[in-house]
Amino acid sequence: MLSGKAALVTGASRGIGREIALELARNGVNVAVNYSGSKEKAEAVAEEIRALGQESIVIQANVAEEESVKDMVKQTIEAFGSLDILVNNAGITRDNLLMRMKEEDFDAVIQTNLKGVFLCTKAVTRQMMKQKAGRIINVASIVGVSGNPGQANYVAAKAGVIGLTKTAAKELAARNVLVNAVAPGFITTDMTDEMTDEQKQAMQSMIPLGKPGKPEDVSRVVRFLASEDSNYITGQTIHIDGGMVM
Amino acid sequence: MADVFEQVKQIVIDRLDVDESKVTLEASFKEDLDADSLDVVELVMELEDQFDMEISDEDAEKIATVGDAVNYINSKQ
Repeated sequence: MLSGKAALVTGASRGIGREIALELARNGVNVAVNYSGSKEKAEAVAEEIRALGQESIVIQANVAEEESVKDMVKQTIEAFGSLDILVNNAGITRDNLLMRMKEEDFDAVIQTNLKGVFLCTKAVTRQMMKQKAGRIINVASIVGVSGNPGQANYVAAKAGVIGLTKTAAKELAARNVLVNAVAPGFITTDMTDEMTDEQKQAMQSMIPLGKPGKPEDVSRVVRFLASEDSNYITGQTIHIDGGMVM
Repeated sequence: MADVFEQVKQIVIDRLDVDESKVTLEASFKEDLDADSLDVVELVMELEDQFDMEISDEDAEKIATVGDAVNYINSKQ
């Protein structure tokens, strides 16, 4: 159903982003794998995509820098001839209690997790408007809806992403560019491995389905939002959290 | 000048689905031709393609009328 489409996935060298890149590739999509620091891991993801029979390129770029972002989008369009799907997944954490959170830790997370989504969305808009078709899928987080102690910066950024999703959806709807977000809950990745056992237990006790999610639980919903099966959905945030926040 | 105007006029007619007689040099995209902000952005993108040029965001913001667009294109060619 997605055969021949072209996607750019930010932060695709590991975790949820990696799984999204592979899931799209399994469905016939050519994927540009963006990474910030993990070059070897990004190359490995691209190799896996090629093994699935799809084209892939690897692009190093900091999503918080406009020039790098523009260049990344240009490279993707040059490589694949179009850009049909953007997945804004790149994200970092700098957790600390409000009282102890340094200004630079707040700024760093906002820059990458919120401004990065803005810059990437802005950069692909021209191409998608010309195509009169496109899908933008933002990886937010359930904590952007519920709040979470120790993550003021991350929560503020993710709540911002949800608002940005709605605005972009309204601005671009007339040009058939659909913009949605997914809000993963507790998904086992490198990022959640950094949580303390206490944090993990506290989170798990709040999940009606009683277990953490897997990156595939997220990537399948992203694939749905990239496909024609979701033609009449825009501006939404889909919770993928085992029922944690309803 | 006339040639650029004719080309711009044709693009405006196609894009905004307006009557040819309304597309004068003085016509404002938003006020006279019923374009919204996104229409104008798209129109500018179309002009970039047709005339093979890049129009910066700052310059694009100054293009309000058909004449503005024609003058801009002439000044860059």
